[in-house]
Amino acid sequence: MSENTVVDPSGMHREDQSAELKQSASKPTNIVQRVWAQSEGRIGVILTALIVLLAFLGPLLAPVLTGYSPTAFADRPFQDSGLFGTDDLGRSVASRFLAGGALLVTYSVAATAVGLIVGAAFGMTAAYAGGAVDAVIMRCNDVLLAIPQLVFAMLAIVVLGPQGWVLIMVIGITHAPRIARVSRAATLNVINEDYIRAAEMYAVPRARIIFREIVPNIMGPLSVEAGLRLTYSIGSIASLSFLGLGMQPPTADWGLMINENRIALSIQPWGVILPVVAIAILTIGTNLLADAIARATASTNVEKS
Amino acid sequence: MSTAMTTTADTVEDLSTVLRMDDLRVSAVGGSEILLGISLELYRGQILGLVGESGSGKTTAGLACMGHYRTGLQHTAGGIELFPRDGDPFYLESLSTEQTRELRGSRVAYIPQDPALSLNPAIRVGEQIREVLDVHAFGKSSAERGARVKEVLEDVGLPGTDEYQRRWPHQLSGGQQQRIGIAMAFAMFPDVLILDEPTTGLDVSTQAHVLDTIRDMTRRHDVASLYITHDLAVVAELADRVAVMLRGELVEEGPAQQVLHRPEHDYTKRLLAAVPDLAGRKDLSAATMRESEAVETQASETQVSEPGEATEASAMESAEPYLLEVTDLAMKFGDNVVLSSIDMTLEPGESTMILGESGSGKTTLSRCITGLVDGYTGSVRYRGEELAKSTRKRTIDHRQEIQYVFQSPFSSLNPRRTIGESLTVPLEMSKRLPRSEHKQTVEEALDAVRLGRSFYDRRPGDLSGGERQRAAIARALVNAPRVLVCDEITSALDVSVQASIVSLLNTLREERGLAILFVTHNITLARHVSGHINVLNKGVIVDRGTVEDVLENPTHEYTKALLSDIPQL
Repeated sequence: MSENTVVDPSGMHREDQSAELKQSASKPTNIVQRVWAQSEGRIGVILTALIVLLAFLGPLLAPVLTGYSPTAFADRPFQDSGLFGTDDLGRSVASRFLAGGALLVTYSVAATAVGLIVGAAFGMTAAYAGGAVDAVIMRCNDVLLAIPQLVFAMLAIVVLGPQGWVLIMVIGITHAPRIARVSRAATLNVINEDYIRAAEMYAVPRARIIFREIVPNIMGPLSVEAGLRLTYSIGSIASLSFLGLGMQPPTADWGLMINENRIALSIQPWGVILPVVAIAILTIGTNLLADAIARATASTNVEKS
Repeated sequence: MSTAMTTTADTVEDLSTVLRMDDLRVSAVGGSEILLGISLELYRGQILGLVGESGSGKTTAGLACMGHYRTGLQHTAGGIELFPRDGDPFYLESLSTEQTRELRGSRVAYIPQDPALSLNPAIRVGEQIREVLDVHAFGKSSAERGARVKEVLEDVGLPGTDEYQRRWPHQLSGGQQQRIGIAMAFAMFPDVLILDEPTTGLDVSTQAHVLDTIRDMTRRHDVASLYITHDLAVVAELADRVAVMLRGELVEEGPAQQVLHRPEHDYTKRLLAAVPDLAGRKDLSAATMRESEAVETQASETQVSEPGEATEASAMESAEPYLLEVTDLAMKFGDNVVLSSIDMTLEPGESTMILGESGSGKTTLSRCITGLVDGYTGSVRYRGEELAKSTRKRTIDHRQEIQYVFQSPFSSLNPRRTIGESLTVPLEMSKRLPRSEHKQTVEEALDAVRLGRSFYDRRPGDLSGGERQRAAIARALVNAPRVLVCDEITSALDVSVQASIVSLLNTLREERGLAILFVTHNITLARHVSGHINVLNKGVIVDRGTVEDVLENPTHEYTKALLSDIPQL
């Protein structure tokens, strides 16, 4: 407790500042590191990257590795010739598996992006405008939420035909209400902060307040929701393909492959097992990733494992 | 430390130690030390005031007395020994988790800061007190516990009737809620009482009542109290002894009179010098000079004049309309009348204080003036021109001439944007300057608030509360306004930071001829900040005039009551 142990407060403070300057605690870029710091986050990233790589490099490698293009006939149906045998029409399962992920991943990401943009726009507008606008948007939202996602998607596809853009829009729009709810709740938390009021005071245009002041501050909850919706998108699109309303034959697609090959599950299981495992790994990977992002944005002190 | 102990011994006759903290060390898990060896003793029937600024570790020390360390903190060395009224002394560290739970609330009780948050809104108040007794199996029968609830309620000056016990927390005022908290703490006849800033959220009049209750209960029940606070004036009113903490260390300890009037340590002296006094004898700017500020030379060169002085100069040109004139302003939210018939004026270079307790409508008034709240009736005129009600409808000039600084520096800057980006917004919106000059103007504003240009690229998360508030003031200054409305801008800050902000405002008023509307609940700041004062009570200005007039000869009952309830050093 002697005199010399006491440092002048402001002098000490400036030392802290210079240390902080090098590694700013409030820089948002840290989120990648924070996700990677968690073991769940690492597993999620690795699993997702694995399947995404497989899906996008697969179509290029399929003819080279297996010797058959995804639509070429290799043998009679359901034979175990070659690496993984043949499917219901005698095409190479290995080749179709390699080629079958690209569309699924692309469509899921696109559908999630559509849902995110539409949902976030409505959610933020509802929260920011408040009053009657809020009530109208959110009640319409509730009506949409009441319709089962898959039933709505099937209806739209039956009417509009099973094309890629229809699939993306329909899945995207069925995601929008849920994303709107999340972004509305997140915006409501931000809207009462004084910096929004300060921007109002300087009469900053409302659109600019949304993009500059609100969007960066709700990215945390929004990216968590996006990760979760991506998982659901993958499941929905694969399901629709399985039901014959997604990708159409003779396209190589994992969902479609499960449907085509399920009748011979006991004699030639590879045509079902491979796509099922791939879809499972992808959904688990994105789900873990979403959880890791949630934890990374929820608090700054991430447990080190 | 031992010298301090001997001095206490001859001033107080009977001292029996109840709790002894011996070289307690606490550190963050795998990180820096929070407490660097704290030694304290609490005596029966006495209150020890533990003061320090935010981050000094006073709450950590208080919680340690209950054997609690917040997540992320760990106890590394030293011990806490408790000498209960009946039974043998023991060390807190030697207890099992179960025994520690048994200890909390019975032998060591805690009163938290915010009564509204600490009471369960879904349990009636009588039952909440009773819960403590049930958990610790007080007495023999249920009737005995019921009687104790009634007794302890009457002890803290609340009615013990069944009707009162059946009330919900929301049916009580803040002061009553805090007294329920005190009743809960005293229910089990504890040996030690830890009070963590229990009056910080309360108005001065309510605070005075709660402090009376605490003092009375401590004496009557022979409890050893540890009163944690940042408010030195409260400590002066309440504590028998005072301990001062600075960044995890105890720098000074001794009898209250000695520490507060003849401080030995530099830090204590500086802390005391920064506390505003009602008489206005202290020079708050002098207190801040000793802190090595970034632009020290600049600040010390500027002579700060008496806040009221500029009015005489402007009085000569009385033909001119007032700089800011509010006439017959009234505001209500639904049926709730918040403000009625407010009249006030502001001259260039003048500083006027709007004084009011929470709920008096002072924030609403300042937001009406800046156009953040529309829907008021009456008019706000700037240089004789009537201002539109909402800020969006005002002209660019009107909007830029009147600037508003928000209460909490922790919420008024967007955490995702750099200080520079945030400060450029008013310039972008006013379109007065070409884009190329924006950066320079912002940097000059940062210099003007003594922050320095290096803050341009930093984010609010890297800044302390005082630095953020300076940045917020800089944002208000970039467009060179004529009127600055400061809404409780120092209430979230430590006293030494408050002193530096107050001296900054006085300097700016001086340099730029700014008119400042200083909205606050803290009457002791009056002489340091303002020449004029308007006392606002329940939406009506009840007293007004120069600071001297109002403080010396208050005309309204409310002002008199307010003045008599202020704790003084």
